[in-house]
Amino acid sequence: MWEQIAANRRKSVVLVFFTALLLVALGWFGGEYFWGRGGGPTGVVIALVVWLVMTLTAWFQGDNVMLKISGAKKIEKKDLPILHNIVEEMTLAAGLAKMPAVYVIDDPAPNAFATGRRAENASVAVTSGLLNRLSRDELQGVIAHEMAHIRNRDIQLMLFAGVLAGAIVILAEVGLRGMWFGGGRSRSRRDGGGDSSSIIAIVAIVLMILAPILARLIYFAVSRKREYLADASAATFTRYPEGLASALEKISRAPDKLGSATSATAPMYIINPLKRTKKHMAANATSTHPPIDERIRILRAMGAGSFADYDRSYREIKGAKKGVIPGSALKEDGSEAAAPTREKVSASQREIARQVDDLFYKKDGYHRIECSCGTVLKIPPDFKADEAKCPRCGTRHKV
Amino acid sequence: MLFVLILAGLMVVVVAWVVGMYNGLVGLRNQVKESWAQVDVQLKRRFDLIPNLMETVKGYMSHERETLEAVTKARAAISGAGGMPERMAAEGGLTAALGRLFAVSESYPDLKASTNFLSLQEELASTENKISFARQFYNETVMRMNNKVQMFPSNIIAGMFNFTAETFFEVEDEAERAAPKVDFS
Repeated sequence: MWEQIAANRRKSVVLVFFTALLLVALGWFGGEYFWGRGGGPTGVVIALVVWLVMTLTAWFQGDNVMLKISGAKKIEKKDLPILHNIVEEMTLAAGLAKMPAVYVIDDPAPNAFATGRRAENASVAVTSGLLNRLSRDELQGVIAHEMAHIRNRDIQLMLFAGVLAGAIVILAEVGLRGMWFGGGRSRSRRDGGGDSSSIIAIVAIVLMILAPILARLIYFAVSRKREYLADASAATFTRYPEGLASALEKISRAPDKLGSATSATAPMYIINPLKRTKKHMAANATSTHPPIDERIRILRAMGAGSFADYDRSYREIKGAKKGVIPGSALKEDGSEAAAPTREKVSASQREIARQVDDLFYKKDGYHRIECSCGTVLKIPPDFKADEAKCPRCGTRHKV
Repeated sequence: MLFVLILAGLMVVVVAWVVGMYNGLVGLRNQVKESWAQVDVQLKRRFDLIPNLMETVKGYMSHERETLEAVTKARAAISGAGGMPERMAAEGGLTAALGRLFAVSESYPDLKASTNFLSLQEELASTENKISFARQFYNETVMRMNNKVQMFPSNIIAGMFNFTAETFFEVEDEAERAAPKVDFS
């Protein structure tokens, strides 16, 4: 399992390396184009500075930025005990040293993501729409999936891959705008030009158009592969693939679109928050996530919750010869050693939904009164009378 | 001269390999300890939650004295347990007794309406989950440790520095074991 993390990192590092090459090439040809012959190094330096600044920002502020633009609010155990408990349970199952911070986004679209610089100071965020729709087992599946992203070091990699792709997009945009206003063209003519400079001009233009597209494709490819692995890891954590499967089913059926998501943050979520999945365009190279029907079918066909089961199921469903789970993970599969008994938890979906309601009522300034009959009265902040009557037993309470 | 150099180079490689193996084993042993500590924290938490639960259900479930007493007894057995195997058995007993208590509680609608009981129930159920997830991770770590200790070539280093195989945490679920006893005589 630990070798699997290393193997994945190596594969991803290669992909990120190619994206970095793309950035350098863009800088070089852009420089040659704008500052004439010998301008290449300057262009490369500018490209690297842009990338460095963005990387440093992402490293030190990336998770905060991500949480802020998604409108996530941090919660404590007393706010949502069930959600907090589930995150704690999955932290133990994943063997993480420290529990991630828990955030809730007030949005009816069901979705979730994990972010952070390291596994030790990561954050998990879920929308209120997710909490309102899922049962405890399903929620556990979703949190297990996010925990897998943290444990497999996906959150770091996505942060870096995202920044790299972002830097390329920005540079290409600036370059194209510069060309539009004719900045470079006149300079390079003055320098003497000739055949070589017109070749450079063509290469520069092609790069500026293609590089952002290529960078995004690589970014999406990295994210897509990781979704399968996170699903498989989630199943090994909970040993109950059906939980995640039925959660994915519910999420994919929900009509709401997540308000705060952008194409840059889309790959971070458990399912694509922007596009409703259509079957015929499922294998499209521009999609950030594997087709959700396929993910559900693989989870349902795996039976028990081990990496080997997931791999077999993946090959059956996709009709592929090669699986998605690295050999080292299959070898280290610990499922025989530990087969825990699943405790039935009676906290129903209604109970979770009630807790979410309470949380948002409290945020809006509602006052809580617990009646002796077990009913909880929620008094709105603009309530004028001195007394409130319990609708169940009729007891009067002072406000 | 060349021979000496090759020999020295070989020595360096072997020493580096031994050091790497040794450190790997030490790291694993620490991980086993750490993951056991996680299990222990949760077992302790469950132990502490029970008096609170008894206090809450006592008023509602006065007719279920036997069930309540079974939980109290199972809890007492844990503090009285001596060695590790005995403790494991006692913890399994408590899991079974709590399971019965919650099963019986289903038939008390007043109890199910109490927010206090509901939150305690979630707390205990979640603690049971945490115990089994922590145990799952502990057993995984033990398996990795044992593989290293028993498989060639790492078993050479393990034998040299007295690393031994660790024991899995198996649950002794009395209820499950006792169930299929059929007498045909």
